[in-house]
Amino acid sequence: MGTGLLIALLVLPLVGALVVAFLKNDDRTAKIAALGVTLAEFVLAVLLWISYEPGGARIQASSSVDWMSQLGVHLSFGVDGIALVMIGVIALLVPIVIGAGWADKLPAGRSAGGFLSLILVQEALMVGVFAATDVFLFYVLFEIMLIPMYFLIGGYGGARRQYAAVKFFLYSFLGGLIMLASAIGCYSLAADKLGHGTFDWATLVTVVRDAPLGTQVWLFFGFFLAFAIKAPLVPLHTWLPDAAEQAPIGVAVILVGVLDKVGTFGFLRYLLPMFPEASKVLAPLVLVLGVIGVLYGSLLAVGQTDLKRLIAYVSIAHFGFIAIGIFAFTSQSEVGAVSYMVNHSIATGMLILVIGMVIARGGSTKIADYGGMSKLTPVLAGLFLVAGLSTLSLPGTNSFISEFLVLLGSYPTQPVYAVLATIGMILAALYVLWLYQRVMQGPVRGNALVGVSGGPGAATDPGKAAVTDLNKRELLVLAPLVLLILVLGVYPKPVLDIVGPSVSATMSAVGVTDPVPAQEGK
Amino acid sequence: MLSNFLLQAPSQISPPDVSYAAIAPILIILGAACLGVLFEAFLAKEARWAAQVALCVVAILAAGVALILFMNSDAAKGGVAGHTGVLTLANVISIDQPALFLWGTLLALGLLALLLLADRTVDPEGALQTEAFPLFLFALGGMLVFSASNNLLTMFIALEVLSLPLYLMCGLARKRRLISQEAAVKYFLLGAFASAFFLYGTALLYGYAGSVRLADIANAAVGTDRSDTLLFAGLGLLVVGLLFKAAVGPFHTWTPDVYQGAPTPVTAYMAACTKVAAFGGILRVLTVAFQSTQWEWRGVLWAVCIVSMAIGAIFGLTQTDVKRMIAYSSVAHAGFLLVGAIAINADGLQSTLFYLVAYGFTTIASFGVISLVRKGNGEASDLSEWAGLAKRSPLLAAVFTFLLLALAGIPLTSGFIGKFVVFSAALRDGMAPLVVIALIFSAVAAFFYLRVVVLMYFSEPAEDGPTVTVPGTFTMVAISLGVFITLLLGVVPGFLLDWAHVGFLG
Repeated sequence: MGTGLLIALLVLPLVGALVVAFLKNDDRTAKIAALGVTLAEFVLAVLLWISYEPGGARIQASSSVDWMSQLGVHLSFGVDGIALVMIGVIALLVPIVIGAGWADKLPAGRSAGGFLSLILVQEALMVGVFAATDVFLFYVLFEIMLIPMYFLIGGYGGARRQYAAVKFFLYSFLGGLIMLASAIGCYSLAADKLGHGTFDWATLVTVVRDAPLGTQVWLFFGFFLAFAIKAPLVPLHTWLPDAAEQAPIGVAVILVGVLDKVGTFGFLRYLLPMFPEASKVLAPLVLVLGVIGVLYGSLLAVGQTDLKRLIAYVSIAHFGFIAIGIFAFTSQSEVGAVSYMVNHSIATGMLILVIGMVIARGGSTKIADYGGMSKLTPVLAGLFLVAGLSTLSLPGTNSFISEFLVLLGSYPTQPVYAVLATIGMILAALYVLWLYQRVMQGPVRGNALVGVSGGPGAATDPGKAAVTDLNKRELLVLAPLVLLILVLGVYPKPVLDIVGPSVSATMSAVGVTDPVPAQEGK
Repeated sequence: MLSNFLLQAPSQISPPDVSYAAIAPILIILGAACLGVLFEAFLAKEARWAAQVALCVVAILAAGVALILFMNSDAAKGGVAGHTGVLTLANVISIDQPALFLWGTLLALGLLALLLLADRTVDPEGALQTEAFPLFLFALGGMLVFSASNNLLTMFIALEVLSLPLYLMCGLARKRRLISQEAAVKYFLLGAFASAFFLYGTALLYGYAGSVRLADIANAAVGTDRSDTLLFAGLGLLVVGLLFKAAVGPFHTWTPDVYQGAPTPVTAYMAACTKVAAFGGILRVLTVAFQSTQWEWRGVLWAVCIVSMAIGAIFGLTQTDVKRMIAYSSVAHAGFLLVGAIAINADGLQSTLFYLVAYGFTTIASFGVISLVRKGNGEASDLSEWAGLAKRSPLLAAVFTFLLLALAGIPLTSGFIGKFVVFSAALRDGMAPLVVIALIFSAVAAFFYLRVVVLMYFSEPAEDGPTVTVPGTFTMVAISLGVFITLLLGVVPGFLLDWAHVGFLG
């Protein structure tokens, strides 16, 4: 049953995209159709989640057919716990994104049908990239995935969208090409050892892991570069602030919430099992980059004057945390990192959506243009605070569990990095709370709010629409995220249970064990 | 005495065996070319165009049929030493598997280029004078011979047969634009220079090996005390001549000017078919004659690869004319092709042949699209005029975007599979550093393809922008076929990889 579900998950959005693309002249029908498809996709994802057995095979719901037999390429898909939770996140976020953008005005001459079909194609490709179990197929989807995102940013984004779209594409494309070289290298190793080359992930793992350290290090770097660009690690991060700033709000959610996770997912699925020796030798490098990411991202987030760029730097800091968790090699840190991938998507996704709602009301992305907004929009302010608190990992919210597990797990093996990364938590409080204070608290002020009814200034400017609080649609869109933030903050077991066995399998592939016995009830 | 001599002469000087079935495609094409010249002389002006087009199409199709018949005949399968193919005309022509593959490719690409050439809807008078058609066939015949020559002198003659008509065709634009004539003269002068290099190289190699047969040169190079200077000087000069034809940097200087100046259908023909023939020649010479000495010359060709990719990718960035941009892109592609060609093994040969087919179809379709974007009387090839084209003609923009992505090597296009097989062959041959450099230049080159996509989609259209002509049937068929094959080879490349899995006959 799982196999059929996974195939349906891959095909449904593509069919949906085709249908929606033909609804060019009818924006409303297009939106309804797209929302329907993504909700159906969500149902399928839930069913897949239910059918998954955490203690079962390493890769489940698997299917495989030959694609290019001369090259040993297969069309094969399957999920482990880590891929499954990411597919769940995709299926959750896409309908929310569509709902949130329901009333958005598109640039002149562009139809909702075009925009939504790109979103749906993006969804199918993202599901595919997490579900691929053939390295070649993974590469193909990894690169193809750039194209709809390129058009989404370049066609529907802000003023500097062309620059941001091209920069995004070129960074990822270059990373992908270098990864391709490594993938061919792995293929050649398999050809030498087995007599026939293959790109099958499970086979490659068994072949490549025995390669001499020198070879492994080179191949490691090829993959690492691609993933480090994707889940931006400093110094390969510079495309993200531009892309996130210029992308429309919904696209930014997908970009930061899901697309970038392909990088950290790649660390776990490809780097660690395929190059265990190189991973161990080069772990300090990744840890250093991770800590730099945490500190540098947090500090720059504090200093940002643009709402969307701030989020981008927050994400860079969080990706640093995830990288530390993955390369600290304890089961707690790894489980923490994977659940962080999920929780970051939920928390940051919500924060971006809320900020999008602020921007939709004020019409400006500059922090300085706002102030005291909670007087006008108390509910929006409250939800802003919820998303913010989850982002700074307040206990009781979902992110806390993840961040805590990462730090707790890293400390026994990597105390210095764990301590340094903790500073990031303090900075997180600074950038989130200060942001909230500037935008929401104090007297109503700022250019964006001057002249609106109930706002500052002597006279009300009739040209400006009143700033109103959240409407029903916006509340409905944010409700599932708020719910998840609170539920997973108290009861994270569903995610941890799914992820745990896959993480253990990854760890045993690397050949590391916990320095202290794993504690109960983690 | 004399009568004695006359009596015994026939037994001593016997005419060479000719396998007519094998060389039928050459005969058909060259025969049709001669017929075309007669058409030009005797037919009324109004009847010429239709007659010439029909003749060309029939000739190419007939040659294709002859090719298929020969491939399935016993003569082909019997072959030499278990290989498919025959040596004929006193071993001067080697119709082996790679030659057959290249012939098939040349005929198919030639047909597509012909369709562009023959289309008159874009330009009611036709872009070219009707003399272009016999010239086209002569050039095609030369290419067929060139890619099957087993002997340097034959190769030289074939080179001239394919080049001279091309020089003329560059200058045949009906509007007699100055730029077209300039292109023709430039191409001719530089081409003549390159031919001289080739001939000089041949002479030196004859001095070294005492023969112009490729196999004899290979034999001579194995374990002798002859002068290596002659061998490598000869090889060097020979390869310069070949690299010039293939537009490999740094021997590319004619490419941008000629691509820009020549009528677009001619450019398409040159870009696709000449490249196939030239690389066919390079592969044959390097593999058959110089395999044993590859460790001596490979370093130099490494450098040539890198220079070519660098020139193509970096100069491509600064171009403001779409045809010049594609020209520099072709220089970069020539570098990638050479990476595969110098991996002297079965994989290298297979991957290079595949790449040639992939590149050929994509390029012809691209030029087909370029020829449709027009302003006033001429093509609007200046990039600034392409701004916002997606708003005015979304289909054309989408097709061109797809072709550009194929040239950039994005997965699910033939360009990607081509790059993939070439690079993996090179990697397996121990050229990892070269592959990494090639990948980096691929990414650099991707930038200028993207620039065009950005212009078409994300920029506001210019006020007095160009118009997009509705393509005539011929152009439509050519573009559709090119796009279809680009997609097909990107998704299911298996069958062509099987066909391209071939080996040379000595």
